[in-house]
Amino acid sequence: MRKLLLLSLAVVLGLANLAFAADDTVKIGVFLPLTGQNAFGGQLELEGVQMANKEAPTILGKKVELFVVDNKSDKVEAANAVQRLIEKEKVQAIIGTYGSSLAMAGGEVSEKAHIPQVGTSCTNPLVTQGKKYIFRVCFIDPYQGAGAATYAFKTLGLKKAAMLVDVASDYSVGLAKYFERSFTKLGGQMVGTLNYQSGDQDFTAQLTKIISEKPDVLFIPSYFAEGAIIMKQAAELGATFKIMGGDAMDNPKITDIGGKAVEGFTHTTFPYDPSMKNMSAMAKKFTDDWRAAYPGKEPNVNSALGYDAYMIILDAIKRAGKADPEAITKALAETKAFEGVTGKTAINATHDAEKPVGLVVIKDGKKVYEGEIVPEL
Amino acid sequence: MNLATFIQNILNSLTLGSLYALVAIGYTMVYGILRLINFAHSEIFMLGAYFVFWGITLVHLPWPVAMVLAILVTASLGVLVDQVAYRPLRDAPRISALISSIGVSFFLQNVAIVFFQAIPREVYRPAWLEDPILVHGVRVLPLTLFVPLLSLVLMLLLVYIVYRTKTGLGMRAISKDIETSYLMGVPVNRVIAVTFGIGSALAAASGIMWALRYPQLQPIMGTIPGFKAFIAAVFGGIGSIQGAVIGGLTLGFIEIMTVAFFPDLAGYRDAFAFVLLILVLMVKPTGLLGERPEDKV
Repeated sequence: MRKLLLLSLAVVLGLANLAFAADDTVKIGVFLPLTGQNAFGGQLELEGVQMANKEAPTILGKKVELFVVDNKSDKVEAANAVQRLIEKEKVQAIIGTYGSSLAMAGGEVSEKAHIPQVGTSCTNPLVTQGKKYIFRVCFIDPYQGAGAATYAFKTLGLKKAAMLVDVASDYSVGLAKYFERSFTKLGGQMVGTLNYQSGDQDFTAQLTKIISEKPDVLFIPSYFAEGAIIMKQAAELGATFKIMGGDAMDNPKITDIGGKAVEGFTHTTFPYDPSMKNMSAMAKKFTDDWRAAYPGKEPNVNSALGYDAYMIILDAIKRAGKADPEAITKALAETKAFEGVTGKTAINATHDAEKPVGLVVIKDGKKVYEGEIVPEL
Repeated sequence: MNLATFIQNILNSLTLGSLYALVAIGYTMVYGILRLINFAHSEIFMLGAYFVFWGITLVHLPWPVAMVLAILVTASLGVLVDQVAYRPLRDAPRISALISSIGVSFFLQNVAIVFFQAIPREVYRPAWLEDPILVHGVRVLPLTLFVPLLSLVLMLLLVYIVYRTKTGLGMRAISKDIETSYLMGVPVNRVIAVTFGIGSALAAASGIMWALRYPQLQPIMGTIPGFKAFIAAVFGGIGSIQGAVIGGLTLGFIEIMTVAFFPDLAGYRDAFAFVLLILVLMVKPTGLLGERPEDKV
């Protein structure tokens, strides 16, 4: 009898101890491409997450423990990585990843296991589509289209817009659709939308038509290979309107190839850049802390998104009052005004971040971070 | 569409069409003599463009020198390709050489991706080519005048070589019957080497013109112009030099005018252009000028 009593006491104590251990820490899994073709972006994002963890190591009085798994830039590995985080490490939330296809592969696993997952820089609309547990801190591709339209109409006061769209690219078509929707909703007029296909090099026919419609602004949601020579040909044909594009035009070669023709070109991007003027206090602190932590290595938007992904989960846990996956999911979905390095973020109905869109202008042959704008959808 | 826009469209067509014509001449010449569709033409085209701009940026050669040098280097490369990839297959069925040319095309393109990297590079244009001339609201690019002229000159030069020189006689003999040419004492391999040299020089010239018009270098830059020029050559009657020029110009006009008159079809202008070409070929299967086989070079 005594033996039995002792045994049951031991069991009870043991259980209590276990329960205490589980309650003592918050476990957050991180799956990012640390090797393979996306390693560059994945590494920067991981450093952002780790820096956030160093700055905010506890939540609700509990220690936050990070479990990092490399998804090797591979879809199968991404699914395995998430599986491992959930089953072996028993994480309550997951951060990841760079790369939309990796995020989708990992997301399937998180969704089934009912563990919330916050994407860093996966911008394809499909990542969160129809998912209850998948979120992201970046905006989706089409959102930039609305950002460009808002900037053109409200900031620059341009009333007539034309578009030159790559019909063979989802990215281009998506941006164009949202540009048009936002621009017409704001009261602007679309005077012409012309198409081309990836790989085309002659745009003179389309541009001649567009020039004859006399738009104030031309939106070209193209990739870099076409974008620079489109602008070059537009200049040759005597175009004087403003030209705008999306983040795919963000390439250091743009001024080399485009020369005078790209002067004044404005493209949207994520709202963080270490060279930006008028940084928010948060962004400034992030930049300074980063430079102190990683001397000789500049922070970029990926590291900022990694940082924000961690912080938004902590914000959700704080509002939920507990670190239970279901509670975190609910709180994440209700995020309205999270102050991040990449701007004030709200999570919308499709679980995508709504935040200001950054703008870069080519001035005197140099890229200048102009500021942010809140898109009107 | 007002008059100025219409004329602008005509000029755009002329520029694009004459570029296609220039590429097509090279295609058609090699085909006319060897009955070989040299798919590596697109890559020779690309290399020619890279060579000239390296000559300018790396070695700081003056413009005309870099151009001539690049054309010579590319021509030698064409001869080398023939020696390595086609000569051993001279007696093999024709399809083997065709497959070999596809292999050369992929090989050169991938070598270019490895060594030049896939990132687009800038092209330096001489100042006199940079700025359009404004005539009554129509903007005329210097290249718009220069390229058709160059196509015409090269066409006449080629016709001269083929019909008025001894090597040209050899070429015509080979195009009729390669075995009999051997027996008649035609230095077949030398004549074929010259053919490839000239064909590659034409590819380089057209690549350079293309890069001047669309100032951006990429390893894949030859693929689309190559396809278009091939189709132009078939349309004009493959093997016919004059046909290639007419085919190229026609294709350029169809592409630009499709967009000009039916802007909604702009994204599908290739499909539209090719359907039209197929219809023409259904009526005239040998192409516009391909009816008399004895005239083929």
